[in-house]
Amino acid sequence: MSIRIIKNGLMDTIQDMGRYGYAYWGINPGGAMDRVAMQVANALVGNDLSTPVLEMHFPAAGILFEETTLIALAGADAVVHADDMEIPTLHPVLINKQSTLTIGKRKSGARIYLAVKGGFGLAPWLNSYSTHIKAAAGGYEGRKLAVGDFIDTRPQHLPAIDQPAKIFSWSANVSDLYSKEVIHFVPGEHYSLLDEFSLEKLLHNPCFIRRESDRMGYRLQTDTLHLTQQKECISAAVTRGTVQLLPNGQLIVLMADHQTTGGYPVIGYVAGADLPTLAQMQAGDSFVLREIHLSSAENFIYQQQMNLRQLQNACTFRLQQYT
Amino acid sequence: MKPLITPTGDHAITATWGDKIDVGINRKVISVFTYIQQHPPEGLRDVVPAYHSLTLIYDTASLKKKNPLASVYEQMKIHLENAIAQAADVIQTSSIIDIPVCYDISLGPDLPALSAMHQLSVQEIISLHTSPTYHVYLVGFMPGFAYMGSVHEKIRSPRRPAPRTHVPAGSVGIAGEQTGIYPFSSPGGWQLVGQTPVQMFDASLSVPCYLKPGDAVRFHEISLDEFNKRKSA
Repeated sequence: MSIRIIKNGLMDTIQDMGRYGYAYWGINPGGAMDRVAMQVANALVGNDLSTPVLEMHFPAAGILFEETTLIALAGADAVVHADDMEIPTLHPVLINKQSTLTIGKRKSGARIYLAVKGGFGLAPWLNSYSTHIKAAAGGYEGRKLAVGDFIDTRPQHLPAIDQPAKIFSWSANVSDLYSKEVIHFVPGEHYSLLDEFSLEKLLHNPCFIRRESDRMGYRLQTDTLHLTQQKECISAAVTRGTVQLLPNGQLIVLMADHQTTGGYPVIGYVAGADLPTLAQMQAGDSFVLREIHLSSAENFIYQQQMNLRQLQNACTFRLQQYT
Repeated sequence: MKPLITPTGDHAITATWGDKIDVGINRKVISVFTYIQQHPPEGLRDVVPAYHSLTLIYDTASLKKKNPLASVYEQMKIHLENAIAQAADVIQTSSIIDIPVCYDISLGPDLPALSAMHQLSVQEIISLHTSPTYHVYLVGFMPGFAYMGSVHEKIRSPRRPAPRTHVPAGSVGIAGEQTGIYPFSSPGGWQLVGQTPVQMFDASLSVPCYLKPGDAVRFHEISLDEFNKRKSA
């Protein structure tokens, strides 16, 4: 059985935790921009947390379900309908067979994730289901989804229901999983070279996300930043969250589709636990950067993963009681 | 030379050897890279060799779960130091990979400008570009893009002031002392001297990239006829 795209979205791709192990070939990891949302959506339908999901930007796709299917939406919040029935995000929802899921007006966030029970029937490329658009591989035919695409889903064995959707009573509380208006970072190699004025501005003034931001990187609008000495940098590996200082004195935060290496000075690294928060911001949003110690950043990642495990256990328990 | 080891955020660690581009240092990087590929520490996600540095990317959450009180960075640092100590200094010399390149001006549109810049004939540029055995320092920028060096001093050329919006796949370019081949059509700022009919990246292969770090590469000149024949084959 399958789901069928009946309305084009702006940029809808299959993503998972990312494609690791191939950076030496220049193959970047990709993967879901907001890995927390991906895992929350999977937990709600009882999937393994790393099951591939559909990542959608706004405007998002319209999707017809051939079979009655258990789904969940997480990440951005939006007005969502199954046919004419409004359904919430962060709840498990049964979508009746032949019903159409439409994701309308965005309420908050930048990316919404759809998990279906059992995941999608796709073949991995280099051990990952993430869509690599440049290589035209992974995900669904290595590209964003378009009208007419059929994506296989695992057999659900669920009976038809007498309405477009059935909303389960419980929902995921995600308030502990995201940061609020503050993005933490650990200093990078060239942080200590920022001049006094730049450092003051960086830590006290908000950073705005510029329009030229996408899955590769977020360009920030800040006061123009300067180093006390010009550094000639030899290209080295960069990671998701690396904050580079561009020649124009502005910052870029590298995101999921970043290149594997880069040669600009590195001011810092966004804390891994705050990358999902950043991934849900969009052009015009702002945040304040706050420096933290490496050990705190590691603990934040651990705590976040513990919270996700707890959520997963609670969801599993509720689903078992239901079935 | 002892490398400097530093954190690269909260889920990566980097060893850096010195502060220049050097084949000997890069060979050391690749030998440690190979050792780590063969002996991956628990929690390792990726290992990224570059010119003079090696970065390990790891799963902080799973490592923290094993031992919540310990620093994941310090644990990975021990693994990395051990790999640096264990990795063989001498790596097997790889056989030379011969890549055909057509240096026709229709495929190497910057040849006339380089000829004027360096006061050399186009044929002299071609013979200087095909004479060295190049070392692949790293693959980056895009899947399968190999940064190779060193380009003969007489034809080292700065990047174009404004990058082209469209460089065809297979284009061979020069930027400073580096030469490289675009595996995909893409925007690009390197000075284009020719094009190879060889496909540098093929996602359908189990090894999708034609070149990898540490490879030895030579270019040889082919005619436009030969290029077209091989391109349509």
